[in-house]
Amino acid sequence: MVEFHVDRGSGFPAYLQLGQQVREAMRLGWLQPGDRLPTVRDVVATSGVNANTVLKAYRELELAGLVEARVGSGTFVKASLGSAAPEDLDPLRVTFAAWVAEARSAGLEDEDIYALVREVLSGGAQ
Amino acid sequence: MSVVAADVSKWSLRNVSFELPPGSVTAIVGSNGSGKTTLLNVLAGHLEPESGHTSIAGRVAYVAQHKPMYKSFKVANVLQFGRRMNEVWDNDRAEQWLDRYRIPRKLQIEDLSGGQRTHVVLALALGSRPDVLLLDEPLAELDPLARRKVVRELLTEVNDNGMTLIFSTHVVAEIGGVADRLLLMSNGRLLVDGETDALLEEHVLYTGPHASKSPVEGPVVLAKHGRSQSSYLVRSGGTRIDEPWTARYVTLEELVVAHLERGQ
Repeated sequence: MVEFHVDRGSGFPAYLQLGQQVREAMRLGWLQPGDRLPTVRDVVATSGVNANTVLKAYRELELAGLVEARVGSGTFVKASLGSAAPEDLDPLRVTFAAWVAEARSAGLEDEDIYALVREVLSGGAQ
Repeated sequence: MSVVAADVSKWSLRNVSFELPPGSVTAIVGSNGSGKTTLLNVLAGHLEPESGHTSIAGRVAYVAQHKPMYKSFKVANVLQFGRRMNEVWDNDRAEQWLDRYRIPRKLQIEDLSGGQRTHVVLALALGSRPDVLLLDEPLAELDPLARRKVVRELLTEVNDNGMTLIFSTHVVAEIGGVADRLLLMSNGRLLVDGETDALLEEHVLYTGPHASKSPVEGPVVLAKHGRSQSSYLVRSGGTRIDEPWTARYVTLEELVVAHLERGQ
């Protein structure tokens, strides 16, 4: 089950934060096709997010074809996201965790790491 | 359809006009003396507007900032008072709220902490089963953990009962994801009225070389110029920009501060 966390001070609208967290959970295999997303009430009660915000996030995911709302029973994951198989993902996570530990001991903060990842991904560091 | 509509003027309010849909959560934000409390008092029917009108569908409960209650009442008496004074009274709902925050029923109001008093007035307000709940700085006396818990509980009440919630606050950093609507006031005027998410998506901060004119189309909220640099906060709707300019979204707090600075 995904647990949502909303950074209230962030400039990133809350409904997009929720959508992004569902997408990430799907990419990481925590949410599989057929899994049910938490009910709107559950998200409101546990994360302190407005019901309209949750509905908006779920609608956006539905429009993107990632989830489907079934009347009376909830919202379910429909598609799969991400191209990696779990058996490929696990060793990559271990290697990456070691790399992050190394980066932190070299004094890098999270923002430095994000910047570095973005730079490498965009090919800027060649 | 709207459940709350206002179009009012009063000594400290000038042509404030808005409509809110049922089940919406609205934050009223603004500097001290901007008219937030006056607006809430007018909505609650405690003050008559000099001109204009308000219309609210259903029952209204209002929790004023100083939380007026008889000091010598015990907590249990406050609930009895609520039962006698309200045509509709949901005692379980009020009791549950007090249970949740472990408020001793035998204590007198004057012996409670500010936070405990907050819970008693919220229990009283919710017990009256309001369709519209008006709160003036409801979280001011709560610690950060209690603030979160109360926000979660209030939003759950909104979700379960279709209540419309309107609250004023100074803590802009806490309303993201909580309020779907933002009313920003300054000097009795409504500076900004919009959906919180939409406002965040519309406002973009552009930073680049010194320029006397905004690099993109759209209303400029605030322009700042350094010796070699300029920055423009523009309600551009998210227009992208080429180098050497950079663009980034702003936080709700930056957005509010910029509008207030401009309004001065």
